[in-house]
Amino acid sequence: MRSVPDSDRITLTIDRRRVEGRSGQTVLDVCREADIRVPTLCHDPRLEPSGACRLCLVQIEGMRGFPPSCSTLATDGMVVTTVSEDLTELRRSVVELLLSDHELSCLTCDSAGACALQNIAYELGITWSPFDGERHRTWEAADGALIERDYAKCIACGRCVRICQEVQGCNVYGFTDRGFEFLPNTPYGSALADAGCEFCGQCVSTCPVGALTDKLSRFKGRLWEVQRVETTCGYCGVGCTVEYRVKDGRIVGAAAPLERGVNRGNLCAKGRYGWGFTHHPDRLTAPLVRKDGELVETSWHDAIAVVAANLARIRDEHGPDTVAGLSSAKCTNEENYLFQKLLRAAIGTHNVDHCARL
Amino acid sequence: MTGLVASFGSGAMTNSIADIGLADVILVVGSNTTEAHPIVGIELKQAARRGARVIVVDPRRIRLVDHAETWLRVAPGTNVALVNAMMRVILDEGLADEAFITERTEGFEELASHLRSIDLEEASLTTGVPVDTIREAAIAYASAERASIVYSMGVTQHASGTGQVRAMANLAMLTGNVGRPGTGVNPLRGQNNVQGACDLACLPNCLPGYQSVTDRGALDRFCDYWETGAYLSEEPGLTVVEMMDAAATGKVKAMYIMGENPVISDPDQAHVRAAMDALDFLVVQDIFPTETTAYADVVLPAASYLEKEGTFTNTERRVQRVRRVVEPPGEALTDLEILGRLAEALGQRWKYTGPSDVMTEIAAVTPQYAGITYERLEREDGLQWPCPDESHPGTPVLHTEGFPRGKGVFAVVEHIPPPELPDGEYPFVMTTGRQLWNFHSETMTGRSAGLADLNPQNRVEIGPKDAERLGACQGDLLEVSSRRGTIRAAAHIVDDIAPGVVFVPFHFADSPANALTSGAHLDPFSKIPGLKVTAVNVRRVAEA
Ligand code: SF4
Ligand code: SF4
Ligand code: SF4
Repeated sequence: MRSVPDSDRITLTIDRRRVEGRSGQTVLDVCREADIRVPTLCHDPRLEPSGACRLCLVQIEGMRGFPPSCSTLATDGMVVTTVSEDLTELRRSVVELLLSDHELSCLTCDSAGACALQNIAYELGITWSPFDGERHRTWEAADGALIERDYAKCIACGRCVRICQEVQGCNVYGFTDRGFEFLPNTPYGSALADAGCEFCGQCVSTCPVGALTDKLSRFKGRLWEVQRVETTCGYCGVGCTVEYRVKDGRIVGAAAPLERGVNRGNLCAKGRYGWGFTHHPDRLTAPLVRKDGELVETSWHDAIAVVAANLARIRDEHGPDTVAGLSSAKCTNEENYLFQKLLRAAIGTHNVDHCARL
Repeated sequence: MTGLVASFGSGAMTNSIADIGLADVILVVGSNTTEAHPIVGIELKQAARRGARVIVVDPRRIRLVDHAETWLRVAPGTNVALVNAMMRVILDEGLADEAFITERTEGFEELASHLRSIDLEEASLTTGVPVDTIREAAIAYASAERASIVYSMGVTQHASGTGQVRAMANLAMLTGNVGRPGTGVNPLRGQNNVQGACDLACLPNCLPGYQSVTDRGALDRFCDYWETGAYLSEEPGLTVVEMMDAAATGKVKAMYIMGENPVISDPDQAHVRAAMDALDFLVVQDIFPTETTAYADVVLPAASYLEKEGTFTNTERRVQRVRRVVEPPGEALTDLEILGRLAEALGQRWKYTGPSDVMTEIAAVTPQYAGITYERLEREDGLQWPCPDESHPGTPVLHTEGFPRGKGVFAVVEHIPPPELPDGEYPFVMTTGRQLWNFHSETMTGRSAGLADLNPQNRVEIGPKDAERLGACQGDLLEVSSRRGTIRAAAHIVDDIAPGVVFVPFHFADSPANALTSGAHLDPFSKIPGLKVTAVNVRRVAEA
């Protein structure tokens, strides 16, 4: 944790509570750190604030109207109200409008349980949608095996557009405005790959609803059904923090926590989608020993005995330096440590290396 | 790594990933960051968005160039000539940080007199970068309040890689860009735990924590601690490439390979195959059958990183937890369990209760890891070494006060032309590298649904003029041959690759770039082969 110089400390009153913050934070930042829930749909800490969704509105003494907390800087002595009848009414009308043009397929939607729209509708107790206008078409694009786009569920929050531009630097999406249809899309509606997509999945990770989802995870398990295990990515040296989702002993998806790790919620295609190998039928599942030129399955006991006998024989007959070990940068620290210890302490050679040079 | 150790006394990334964004100028040398280290790529792109000046030095127009202020299209293998020329400009312009040089470094006079002999016109001819561009880049780097250097395999995988790294350390010290946030010399590690494998001494010349095997005292301490009867010599062992040579000639008779596929990932494939063939006994431990397990006498099924507990150390020296997400398939065991069984069969008395117990031993014998425990790793967001005791918060920026070796040393580094230059028979230069959607020898990405489809085919990247001369169109089948082998792959015509240069990714077993590369041209210090420059011939063999 960074220590805060006194000059940067500020104190606010939020919902009649004294709350500490730091100068430079937005009102929303201060609320979130103090566990005061302010609903949002277009906010993501990875993005510059946009104030588009009108849900994070609050009341601030001395300010007119309802300023958006995500783009209002917190100042010392500010008095903020996050819950009032007016605010609830405002939020309710925003959410009702969104629901009116949202395909409510929560029964089979992969985002159910993780959907910000579903959550806020529940919180506000909205049981029906008063508008009955024309709805968006379902979108069909040949986007490949990783990302599913279904703009019938899009709430036009702009997060996908912004994250692709601000974070990934790819500019795959823009907004197309066709009358009532104000939707994100690729230029000319082309497939993602043709629009320069790197399949990092950052847009999927930020979409608050089920408009952008991971195809690999479809119908494999929803948030409340999966176990979530946090670990470190095993591909490149960046070492991103990844949260895998597991159901019935199989990985069904991956995401990254926003508040931890070097990656703060971002991943690349390898980290986000490169886990299928673990359940691949080609995996080695039993020790193999060569007999009459063929590798045949054997027990661990016998396989280890064969290895130990041969390494010891060659060490004793020809000297320890006729044995060499190659370890792997894919293995853990503990394994690498024990590998070189085995070569040095049990065999007696420094002939140990790994692939860092390559 | 060897180069940075010699200059600073430590070979790791001096600063942190998050810290790169604090720099005003970022010099990215031989690192296709957005593809090989995508999250660092994000850091660089966002820094550029905020106004940092990103200067890319690369033979290819990598994607990062779209976000950079300047692209210096260097000829492959000429980074030293470029950096020397930049330093000459910095001296001439009076932009050297004299206070830093006096207080923190030694060897400056020798460097300065060498730099005075550098001719900018000549450097421009060698590197292919115009003099004015070199000058602008040098002035930008040297006049920044905080300037950072980021580099990767495009620097180290040259026969002169150690020299290139030292040249960059020179540049940073000359301008006082070491030891503060937003500065430093930052090598990005290719594979996830290269840093940890080095730290914990899967190296022929080091004991854990970079204690030298030539240090009798250190050796004795380890022998005592490990209660080994074995006598360990003060002679360093063999490196990967030397092991292959020794195996081919019968000097090495048995090999134990854990989680590696040298037939695909090592240079000069025919030679590696011959080496594997010649072994008396080979045991390979892996998660999949590979081109290397085909040569094994025993194959041991291992758990993947998703099926074990442990730690990895990332490129910024951050030790982080690895957790078991799913169970290993069938009878596969973790490498840790397998090593334990083997040690027992070899008469060792290991008594580890699990990975955290191994970490306790690592902390006891490795000064940089002394303060690291699983309990702390659970609580904190990883820990960056050096972490000398349990109350130490870890070290995001190295060398803030001094260098581990006292003063930083300048080294005179001369540009040495790559050992294999194009000639009449092999008129092209081939360089190799990584791609975004593939990883190493493809054993994992190639078997992950969805990802596997994105980029399943190998290709030869070639410039439009060269393609035209060969009569090749987009997608035509090309044959690339070197003195050691031949591969075929589709032509991928790209703008902005230097004329006479082709690029081939090294991921593909059915069209392996390393059938062409040479293991013979090792950097004399780091023993890294010069994979980045291979003389090849290219011809068109069939239509798309
Ligand atoms: S996957 Fe990444 S690159 Fe592709 S559209 Fe989404 S954010 Fe942009
Ligand atoms: S697709 Fe998702 S992230 Fe993009 S605008 Fe629609 S709702 Fe927002
Ligand atoms: S997610 Fe991508 S950038 Fe992050 S560690 Fe994995 S491979 Fe590297």
